Amino acid sequence: MARLTKQQIGTVLAKQGILIAFAVFMVAFTLANPKFISVDNLFSVVRSSAILGVMALGVTFVVISGNLDLSVGSMMSFSTIVVLDLHDQIGPALAIPAMFAMTLCLGAFIGFLVGYLRLNSLIVTLGMLSAIHGLTLTYSGGQNMDIADKEGTWFSIFGQGSALSIPVPILIFVALAAFLGIVLAKTPFGRKVYAVGGNSTAATFSGIRRARTVFTCYLISAFCVATAGLIQASRSLGSQNTVGQGLELEVLAAVILGGASLLGGSGTIFKTVIGVLILGFIQNGLLLIGLQFYVQFVVTWVIIILAVWLDIAAKRGKLLSSIA
Amino acid sequence: MKPGTLSKALNSGAIWGFIVLELIFFSIAGEYLSLSDKAFMDWENMLLLLKQSAPIGIIAMGMTIVMINGNIDLSVGATYAIAAIVLLESMTWPIFAGLGDLVIPVAWLLALLVGTFLGALNGLIVWKTGVDAFIVTLGSMLGFRGIVFMFNGENPTSHLNWTLVDFAEAEFLGLATASWFLLAVTLVIWFVMTKTVHGRNAYAIGDNREAAVNAGIRVGPHMMINFAIIGFLAALSAVVFYSESGSVNPNDGQLYELWVITAVVLGGTKITGGAGSVIGTFGGVIAIQLLRKGLGHIGADTSTVNLVIGLILIVVLILDRQLNVKGKEELKV
Repeated sequence: MARLTKQQIGTVLAKQGILIAFAVFMVAFTLANPKFISVDNLFSVVRSSAILGVMALGVTFVVISGNLDLSVGSMMSFSTIVVLDLHDQIGPALAIPAMFAMTLCLGAFIGFLVGYLRLNSLIVTLGMLSAIHGLTLTYSGGQNMDIADKEGTWFSIFGQGSALSIPVPILIFVALAAFLGIVLAKTPFGRKVYAVGGNSTAATFSGIRRARTVFTCYLISAFCVATAGLIQASRSLGSQNTVGQGLELEVLAAVILGGASLLGGSGTIFKTVIGVLILGFIQNGLLLIGLQFYVQFVVTWVIIILAVWLDIAAKRGKLLSSIA
Repeated sequence: MKPGTLSKALNSGAIWGFIVLELIFFSIAGEYLSLSDKAFMDWENMLLLLKQSAPIGIIAMGMTIVMINGNIDLSVGATYAIAAIVLLESMTWPIFAGLGDLVIPVAWLLALLVGTFLGALNGLIVWKTGVDAFIVTLGSMLGFRGIVFMFNGENPTSHLNWTLVDFAEAEFLGLATASWFLLAVTLVIWFVMTKTVHGRNAYAIGDNREAAVNAGIRVGPHMMINFAIIGFLAALSAVVFYSESGSVNPNDGQLYELWVITAVVLGGTKITGGAGSVIGTFGGVIAIQLLRKGLGHIGADTSTVNLVIGLILIVVLILDRQLNVKGKEELKV
């Protein structure tokens, strides 16, 4: 067998690094505590990652198209509060579509600003983070939102129910991931998203409407956020105004961990799912081996930087950057 | 008018026009809506405003350099919390027990050193790995916050030292200690950015990194110094604020990075780097604090403040874009 050059090892690491890291973690945690690999535990990890995961699916589209979305956390608080409030006013069957419509409006507004007006997505979504938070507080009057009759509603099925002994949040996550994965990988629209993110100018010259593609990406993101809000609301049947605060950064961390470049043009739904699962399993594994809850943040920090560093290092063929 | 003049004016002067507008609006609206007897433009109220601007303002000065440099730092809020804990906790350590009130400068120094170190660590990672500053500081924001929580769980860390509180609450020439720190930091950073080689290099690197490298600027160490500066200033902000309050919650400083970035962008600094001014940032900080205070004055709650600030940020961006586009089109003709 031919001797592997350093370069080749680097390339393999870069392409499959995230999967290798995932495998190493699973083995290490299992050795430390055999309970880690039990079906019950695996289910519980995936179920608790489902909300973060669903949001990460949408943000993957936005990031691949070369933009950012920092507003998903406060948007998720918004949809959770809205659907809980409307549940008691117009009933769950109407509340859910109404909440989706309102969240999609927010997504459309951001998509319009970033897509058609070509504003900087970081600042727009930063502004929207604050604005939507204010909107949520105004809507709820600063009060926590609770469903009056918690026992007698079928609304809890999205967060607490299970079908074929699989929890519904997992089913939603898997179904949405499969659907969006196919959209991204196999449809003309998916190709356009990569093209716009990879080279916006070239995409425009080859007849792709950049504005419309970006706009659609933000709509997809808003749809995912609404779904996450639905799961969250249904799981707890009551919520604070700040339920999604800070989630935007964890979502982004998962997407970056999955190997999507912030410059756009690369990343896949499958890798994002792996990123989400890594975050979930690290959190769970660290708890199972008896460490404090907060250790996961420090570990996440190290992992994110290592993952992106290795990716970049493999591409340039050198470990350290050549900045003087 | 020459093309681009308007956008230039907007970048340099508009923030002050906006502040004047805010003052007029809240003064008039306050007459009808406010429950307080005092006018909004009351001198004491304005002095208080300057003092309240200090925590965000001091960090915003550091963010201005980092953003002119073409980078960003999302970890300042967490650095702020860590420095606050170091300040309050180190005063209770037994090894310093014999120092009496001399423990205060020691604790200050420790907190500032820790902040500088954390900032420099961010800078070193950005420099050596070549990973984008957004990702590096996003990671360290999570990591630093994790360290804060690991230290004392969900519990607040408290320690009141009355000498220190007296110092922090003191007034000199009518201005509170915190206000003096804000003004001093603004002056120093303004000097660095306009009168020194380091400042010129910061603009050059943010404008065109390749060209800066070719011109012989050592980009890596330069960026690391800037990250150390923002870490230092985040710690300084914490030290000034917590000397007075004496108690820090593990969640303190959360979302500070957003407020700071908003102030810097309102002040006209370009998010892509290469343009911006310290004086503009000072205006941005004052404008935001005026808005918070003014909306409170006319009886609006925090939810409205969030809503309004978010929308203003977007409107500023739209205006800036439209004016710039117009300038370029005229140039083409």
